[in-house]
Amino acid sequence: MQENKYVKYTLIGISVVFLTLMLIIPLLVVIVEALSKGFAVYFKAILDPFALKAMNLTLIATVVAVVCNTVFGLCAAWLLTKYSFKGKNILSSLIDLPFAISPVIAGLVFVMTFGRISYLNDFLTANNLKIVFATPGIILATIFVTFPFVTRELIPLMHAQGKDEEEAATMMGASGFTIFRKVTLPNIKWGLIYGVVLCTARAMGEFGAVSVVSGHIRGKTNTLPLHIEILYNEYNFTAAFAVASILVIFAILILIVRNIVEWKNEKEA
Amino acid sequence: MYVELKQINKKFGDFKASQDVNFSIEQGKLVGLLGPSGSGKTTILRMIAGLEKPDSGDIMIGGSRVNDIAPGKRGIGFVFQSYALFRHMTLFDNIAFGLTLQKKSKKEIIQKVNELTELIGLTGFEGRYPNQLSGGQRQRVAFARALAPNPKLLLLDEPFAAIDAKVRKELRQWLRTTIGKLGVTSIFVTHDQEEAVEVADEIIITNRGQIEQKGTPLQIYKKPATPFVAQFIGESTIIEDYTKFKGFESNDGAKPKEKGVLRPEFIEIAKDETEILTPLAAEKGIVRAIYFRGNNIQVDIEVKGQPLTGYRTLEQEDLTIGMEVFVLIHRVYTFEGSHTEVIENRIKTEQNSVYI
Repeated sequence: MQENKYVKYTLIGISVVFLTLMLIIPLLVVIVEALSKGFAVYFKAILDPFALKAMNLTLIATVVAVVCNTVFGLCAAWLLTKYSFKGKNILSSLIDLPFAISPVIAGLVFVMTFGRISYLNDFLTANNLKIVFATPGIILATIFVTFPFVTRELIPLMHAQGKDEEEAATMMGASGFTIFRKVTLPNIKWGLIYGVVLCTARAMGEFGAVSVVSGHIRGKTNTLPLHIEILYNEYNFTAAFAVASILVIFAILILIVRNIVEWKNEKEA
Repeated sequence: MYVELKQINKKFGDFKASQDVNFSIEQGKLVGLLGPSGSGKTTILRMIAGLEKPDSGDIMIGGSRVNDIAPGKRGIGFVFQSYALFRHMTLFDNIAFGLTLQKKSKKEIIQKVNELTELIGLTGFEGRYPNQLSGGQRQRVAFARALAPNPKLLLLDEPFAAIDAKVRKELRQWLRTTIGKLGVTSIFVTHDQEEAVEVADEIIITNRGQIEQKGTPLQIYKKPATPFVAQFIGESTIIEDYTKFKGFESNDGAKPKEKGVLRPEFIEIAKDETEILTPLAAEKGIVRAIYFRGNNIQVDIEVKGQPLTGYRTLEQEDLTIGMEVFVLIHRVYTFEGSHTEVIENRIKTEQNSVYI
């Protein structure tokens, strides 16, 4: 194709303007606003006990959600690509459900299922189990919202690779676990890491679903995004942006990891 | 009999992949499963391997029923159409994989892998990854990998399908000699009859999930058992009424009930009477098309309204389109039900006896 210079530079121009307006300026504003009253105020905001608590909770929710979704994602992708069974398409569509429905609804679903109006409530209170408005609810909501990431990353990859290599290993007498460890896992390694990275990014930033199930109890059920919202609503802008900058830093770190993974993956392919 | 399939049936949904499949293979033979795409040959291979389960019937290897034995415990080496080499492992690790699983000692593994890399002529390539090898090299690695655990039976699924024409020819010869040298019973699947004829000791022809015929390439070529085999093997023209040709007239003048099959090799095309031994037995025909085919010339002719195809050598004089030529039909295949018959040109045989 003949490259048209005007088209090329127009497209570059549009991309640059758009990204500057939509991404770079807002991110700069976060940093500038966070540091507007100096480093002392900044560190005070992020070292505030409530902020640290929120950070802790976000990390717990993220780690648990990522671990669960990695295990589930591997199982689902394995099942959907290496086996054929009835209802395969339904299962495949169900996995995408969290992408399709609003996170707020996801939160409400958990409140309905485990909250006071649920049938399970008697059982839960009898056993002294608290799910909604407590850490388990936040974790559940995070898992729900982020569970398609790993699976969706793995399915096209595993589909393209087919099951010939696994069958070849089977013919040589390898057990299911050996096949997974020696054949499948090395082949999907980078796709899996990529899925985990995306899943982590989404889990850390999740707001809607978590907001519904959290109950906004300071120092108890507030995650970082919720803590930022509270600070903001109290007109404590500097602190809000300071805490937000932590999420931004995490996001940038994840982006860097993502790029390294992509680059490694391309180098090996 | 080393491998035996008894009354095997297999369905995929409504599709009958195998219907009452029965055959047996002697130890040490190299057998080709030949058939058009979708005729069920790969399914048969995969069932022997244990990668598919037959719905009914018995699969016997070395005298014992293996239906319920895991694929890895059947003593089979399998070469996949895609080779299925482990892409993240080096050539060495690929070949060593089966040996490692058998918990062989390091020394044994190294010795065996070296032996096999030498056999496939890839010594010095041990550290390469599959994507650093050519198609033909990958094929040979897949072959070595399948052989490493000393299988008693080797199965190859379309082993040459993904290789370009020239390398394919060399590999065929190589595979044939290597398997002959090792003496391992082998079954390969192919849709290419030239390949089957060239490589196999015996050919099993499949069609629509059924076995049409089993025999040596020569038997199958000379005595096709069914109409399908006659048309599938070699090139052929179907003739509605072969009794209109000289030497094939029916005694009572009635039209034949069965169609005839004519192969190009059964037809001799002569420019004039001097090129032909028995001109009396020959028909006259018009040249309709001429194709140069590298090692011979294909000539399409029309005889009594019937289009026929024959070959001429490059040594013979050139023909031109529209020319009138002599056409001697040596023989025709006919079928009564599923039984084949060969009808020779009567005038030609009578004339020959006069000469003698």
